[in-house]
Amino acid sequence: MPSHDVLVIGAGLAGQRAALAAAEAGVSVGIVSKVHPVRSHSNAAQGGINAALQEGDSWESHAFDTVKGSDYLGDQDAIEVMCREAPEEIFHLEHLGVPFHRNEEGKLGTRAFGGASQARTYYVADITGQAIMHVLYEQLMKHSDAVDRYEEYFTTNLALNRNGECAGAILRNVRDGSMELFEAKNVILATGGNGQAWQPTTNALICTGDGISMAYRAGAPVMDMEMIQYHPTTLAGKGFLITEGARGEGAHLLNANGERFMERYAPNKMELASRDVVSRAEQTEINEGRGFPDGTVALDITVVPRKRIHEALREIVLVGRDFAGVDITREPIHIKPGNHYTMGGVKTDIHGATSIDGLYAAGEVACVSVHGGNRLGANSLLDTLIFGRRAGEHAAARAKRTDLRPPSKAQFTDEKAALEAIVGRERGSGHRISEIKRELGETMDGHVAVFRDDAGIKQALEVVKRLQEEAESAYIDDRGDVFNQDLLNAIELRFMLDCAECSCVGALHRTESRGAQFRTDFPERNDDEWLKHIELTRGDDGPQIGYSDVTMTQWEPQERTY
Amino acid sequence: MADYTLKVRRYQPEAESEEGGAAGPYWQEFNVELDPTLSVLDGLLQARDREDGSLAVRCSCRAAICGSCGVKINGQSTLACLTQIGEAHEAANRMNGGAKPIVVEPMGNMPVIKDLVTDMESTHWTKIRRVTPWLLDDGNPPERERIVEPESMVDITQTIACIQCGACVSACLSMEADPDFIGPAALAKAYRFVGDPRDVQDAERLYDLAQDPHGIYDCTHCFSCIDACPKGVAPMDQIMRLRRAAGGEGIDDKNNGHRHEAAFTKIIQKKGTLDEALLLQESYAAGVKGKLVPKPAAIKGLLGSIPTAIRGIRTGKMRSLRKLIPGIHHKLPGDAQDKVKGIYGHAEEHRTQLNLYITGEEEVEPEPDEMAPGALAAEAKLSAVGGGRQHMEQATEGGSETARTKDEDGDG
Repeated sequence: MPSHDVLVIGAGLAGQRAALAAAEAGVSVGIVSKVHPVRSHSNAAQGGINAALQEGDSWESHAFDTVKGSDYLGDQDAIEVMCREAPEEIFHLEHLGVPFHRNEEGKLGTRAFGGASQARTYYVADITGQAIMHVLYEQLMKHSDAVDRYEEYFTTNLALNRNGECAGAILRNVRDGSMELFEAKNVILATGGNGQAWQPTTNALICTGDGISMAYRAGAPVMDMEMIQYHPTTLAGKGFLITEGARGEGAHLLNANGERFMERYAPNKMELASRDVVSRAEQTEINEGRGFPDGTVALDITVVPRKRIHEALREIVLVGRDFAGVDITREPIHIKPGNHYTMGGVKTDIHGATSIDGLYAAGEVACVSVHGGNRLGANSLLDTLIFGRRAGEHAAARAKRTDLRPPSKAQFTDEKAALEAIVGRERGSGHRISEIKRELGETMDGHVAVFRDDAGIKQALEVVKRLQEEAESAYIDDRGDVFNQDLLNAIELRFMLDCAECSCVGALHRTESRGAQFRTDFPERNDDEWLKHIELTRGDDGPQIGYSDVTMTQWEPQERTY
Repeated sequence: MADYTLKVRRYQPEAESEEGGAAGPYWQEFNVELDPTLSVLDGLLQARDREDGSLAVRCSCRAAICGSCGVKINGQSTLACLTQIGEAHEAANRMNGGAKPIVVEPMGNMPVIKDLVTDMESTHWTKIRRVTPWLLDDGNPPERERIVEPESMVDITQTIACIQCGACVSACLSMEADPDFIGPAALAKAYRFVGDPRDVQDAERLYDLAQDPHGIYDCTHCFSCIDACPKGVAPMDQIMRLRRAAGGEGIDDKNNGHRHEAAFTKIIQKKGTLDEALLLQESYAAGVKGKLVPKPAAIKGLLGSIPTAIRGIRTGKMRSLRKLIPGIHHKLPGDAQDKVKGIYGHAEEHRTQLNLYITGEEEVEPEPDEMAPGALAAEAKLSAVGGGRQHMEQATEGGSETARTKDEDGDG
């Protein structure tokens, strides 16, 4: 049985950063990922990473922008930590070899991003996430004596011990189908978000909320699950992302009449208002008949000098050409708001610790909460790195003062039997996994999106509950052990349904509008009643609702305009 | 919506043949129905969702960022998500003359695990680890960032753009002949460090890669990796840059390629056309006019070239034996030779390394209707190529140093 002081599940930016930090502290580390680490979805973060390290900028300014962006739902102690530690993290990455863009003096250069009072986004063309993640993977290869990598190992469940502490995880080796019980003093979840429960989405097929569901099933509360970010610029139909960096470089949003409609919604920041604000503006234009017939508005990048587009927005040139048939240097591209980011997740403290002893979470799977009701662009990479490192360090310190307490063998036996049962379901006996997933995605995008109301959310919740039942008997075709992706898809469906249920319950319960949650039946923010987090804990008949206060340090809620 | 047929090379490792024992690979056709602008990956996923959940293919982002879905489509190594199914269908028909299915196979130069899933660990990743794929800095980083030339970061961004999909490895002809060849992806990764001013072990890296018999001189310059790369990394260009850097370090090139290249450029500059006789002499004993320096390697190289020369004469590729006597070579008429020299002068003035992240396009471009007829023809050819779209794009943007010449091969 593999045994580690710290076992990291997920190998995107948060996971790799956590593993490296824990290894640096001198404990034994394992990192597992259901795909090869460099396939992780951190790749898709295009625009950059925020830090206040220019002269004239301050971490307080960065923190205030983040608090305001969160619509005052973010916990200010956690936001302070993230913004204070950001500059050092950027320098650390630079020292490891990330080829950040330089200004003419050869120093780190910035670009503008949404919701920020200063240009403080550091970047590598528009492949910032990919560049950082590949550099971290270089470090994992370099430190292969200190970090054991388990690549293409799918985690099906957390393993608990008799005291209810997290004591490891149950994994399926994707390559040969063998099941293994991994023993660990600490587990760090870094499995990302759950965008695949929405269709379309900018998220990769692997973003199925695995860690959120596993922690929730193990008894940890999840928080802010109603806060689902719709990104203002995604390709209609396919859902692919067009980076906010395009607007950072100066691109305009136009409706079908050719009007720069952001003038009406955010006269000061225009296209660079917070994402929730821009997405609502676009959706309003579309709903009120000023969009294009395909239900979109236009992003006009042609106003950016062509050489600059090729240098700084290369990936978007390719996305436009290959996936939309549009040369973005010559004509506007049609876009719409699309599912993008899970602000909520497993509740943690500022060290990444969850309410379950020995279980940590970092990155999109976690809710610290630094994003509150709405995440600022280029704060997600920062979140993964800062809290990935902190979770790694804290878990390593905890490992040094605790002993291994073996996980329950009975749970392992049960888990193996459960998977065999899925494989053994009679073909044609129920629905196909893919049918259920499609209905789930369409339902969530239809009712738990930019604009929401009581009737719609209730309808979505009913569908989700029906689909949960249908998933219990859904059958798969593949009976094999080797690369049985069919079976993995069935497990992922269960994860997604858990997340979707929590999002519906949270959205239904929060009878106000804040950040990404806009209730047409409760269109105002209501600080008197709702300046608090909704926490959901798994009960016998669905999520049990609890609350926690928003941590305030120095910023009282104000009216939010851009 | 349109109907397409995908002919997929399948391998189910646990299946048994009718006679007992392991079943081998086989072909299976799937009929799918989708919009022509959707991808071959979308087609494969539809087949998996609707028809056979055991069809294995790695995939995640669907947008050519994660590098999971490397496959061969109609024989061309690429990403399944980046290939529009309508285009793949047209390419299949063009290649086969008639309504033929789109052929999808696992990547080459790697063992197959199941269906379209290959073993990249034992091949691709082992080779990546071979090139010491992490920054070797001076061990003394400053408090803040290192100050470097802005262009140097943009330069290595081209190789940082590699998503490790393995398409170039799949397409590599040298690796087909020599499975131990370090290969295009790993060597491009090596350039990422050699080109990085923060890495202080350039010379060590170059000596290592030059002395390895499966290293930088094992590439045969076939352009397949440039064709296959979905991200414009142009691995072969990076290998050539490693070779030039090695030459700059004074590293002896066992294949004599460095001097051979120098001989070519020198002769053309001097005579305008290629004097084959001089080529041999200049390649093996440069700078010693009319006589050979009796270095064993040079003599061995010269003798080794004789069969090639004879074959060349027989097939009419080279001129008669008499004209192989060094020095007898016709001159270009009129001022043609000066014009050739002018080209050299121009090249000397514009010596910047081309890089797709820097070059982009000129600010002012003619509108399509103002384009010269030649440019229109090039556009038409561009759209006709389909499968080879990537290198066409590089060729038109000057993204690759070498793709321009490749275009003439008309491999589309």
